[in-house]
Amino acid sequence: MMTPQVNQWGGDPLSLVFQMVFTLIFVVFIFYGQRIQMYVMLREVEGSLLRLKYMRDEGRKAAIQTIKELGKPSNDPTGRVDQFLEYITIGPEAMDPAGVVWKLEHILDVQDTRFKDEVKLMAPSADLTQVNNLENTLEAAWALNLIYKIIRHYYMLGKKTLSLYIIMQIQMILPLVMREAEAFASALKAFSCGQPIGDGAGQLVAARLMYGHEKRKVEKDYLVSTIQIEGRTVHVLKAEGPGGNVGKPGEAIKQIVEENEGKIATMIIIDAAQKLEGEKPGDVAEGIGVAIGGPGVDQFKVEEALVKYRIPVNAVVIKEDIGDAVSPMRKEVFDAVDPAIERVKRVILEKTKEGDTVLVAGIGNTIGIGQ
Amino acid sequence: MSEDTEAEETSAPAQRISSFVFAIILITLVLSLAALYFALTAYSTGDASAGVLLVIGFIGLGLSTYMLLQTRRSVMRLALKIQPVVTTISCQKCGFKNVREFERGDFVFKELGPCPKCNDKLLVSAIYREIKEKPKEERF
Repeated sequence: MMTPQVNQWGGDPLSLVFQMVFTLIFVVFIFYGQRIQMYVMLREVEGSLLRLKYMRDEGRKAAIQTIKELGKPSNDPTGRVDQFLEYITIGPEAMDPAGVVWKLEHILDVQDTRFKDEVKLMAPSADLTQVNNLENTLEAAWALNLIYKIIRHYYMLGKKTLSLYIIMQIQMILPLVMREAEAFASALKAFSCGQPIGDGAGQLVAARLMYGHEKRKVEKDYLVSTIQIEGRTVHVLKAEGPGGNVGKPGEAIKQIVEENEGKIATMIIIDAAQKLEGEKPGDVAEGIGVAIGGPGVDQFKVEEALVKYRIPVNAVVIKEDIGDAVSPMRKEVFDAVDPAIERVKRVILEKTKEGDTVLVAGIGNTIGIGQ
Repeated sequence: MSEDTEAEETSAPAQRISSFVFAIILITLVLSLAALYFALTAYSTGDASAGVLLVIGFIGLGLSTYMLLQTRRSVMRLALKIQPVVTTISCQKCGFKNVREFERGDFVFKELGPCPKCNDKLLVSAIYREIKEKPKEERF
């Protein structure tokens, strides 16, 4: 029978080596544990940053390629696209909040005009629909560039200062940031090809209601059709498609309300809404309130008009993921249009009587949706 | 129309595994295999250290394989998934329906040529992407 060798400390050499290694690891973790944790976090951020860079580069490439295809520019648009990706928009000062909505609206209007002018310069041969789609494509590429630069900033700052708290903050929000970036990356193809996106669910409902009826233009890129549903006069509003366009629903709704001198029995606003985890995409829900997202200017304007004339407001929303909102429309969301129309009709029948006037407005980006 | 709705992947960039990381993985792999060999030799001679060497060998082998797979996965993750989008064309009069891949210029309610069955106008009635997900058992 073999007996293990015994050294001068009374144990076998292998056990001694293991004991020393474990003691060393223990001491290293006591003094350098936080630093090791920091390097692990940095490595994780670095991996995501690499992916963000790839998405940013793909976005830039897609924008340049689409401009070349649709706009047929005489010069290479690369320089102008790079310039566009670095645009900044400075929001209004809100120390004195009175009137900040109008200041914000002005800034957004200037930004919109500037973006459209830039696209027209980059793509002189593009028609209005293509200009709108190109603008959306460039905006998605711009968003990807911004996300990449912000994450890179915090990564480099964390690395430079070796501050665990800077790195920890960015590492904690990284999964949500990556989801948003993935959504913009999948939006690129939809915008460059003019495919309907999930955000257009509300516009699709309005388009279905107004299809085949006479339309007229109203304020800022919106169209209105007047239809009859069970003896009620229904004004249906939709942003002018099929180019990528959200219009200014606040202005359009205000105009129709004023034209009818506030005699609107009820208003129904249809929009896509972000679903919570666990909810199914394409679920339809209804409630009250002004279902208009974005910076809040349009919601504010509609609420002002509603309060002035005491108009009841209903909301019908189609649930979807943040990623689905800017990606090509999912089948589930497309199939939710019919149940949403049924809900709208039911609300009209239950909340109004024959001879009343109703306003139905579709909200969202109408890319790929005609009327 | 192709029923294949599997996501296509755009071309992934060149492999980005650092040579330093690759060298470490390789060294770990070689050392683990050596530990396994010594374990076998020790076992045949009846040495008590065979068990320890076997554990070290297997842990090293597992770790190096895991690290190699992880680096490979991170490279694959870079590619963007593009899901195919389909356009449904239908005739409002006779109900004729045709589903094809999306083409640039398609939009919902776009009027196309005459219907091959009744000669009425064809209309783009739907544009969507279909995601085939495996049904998951939801506990909540």
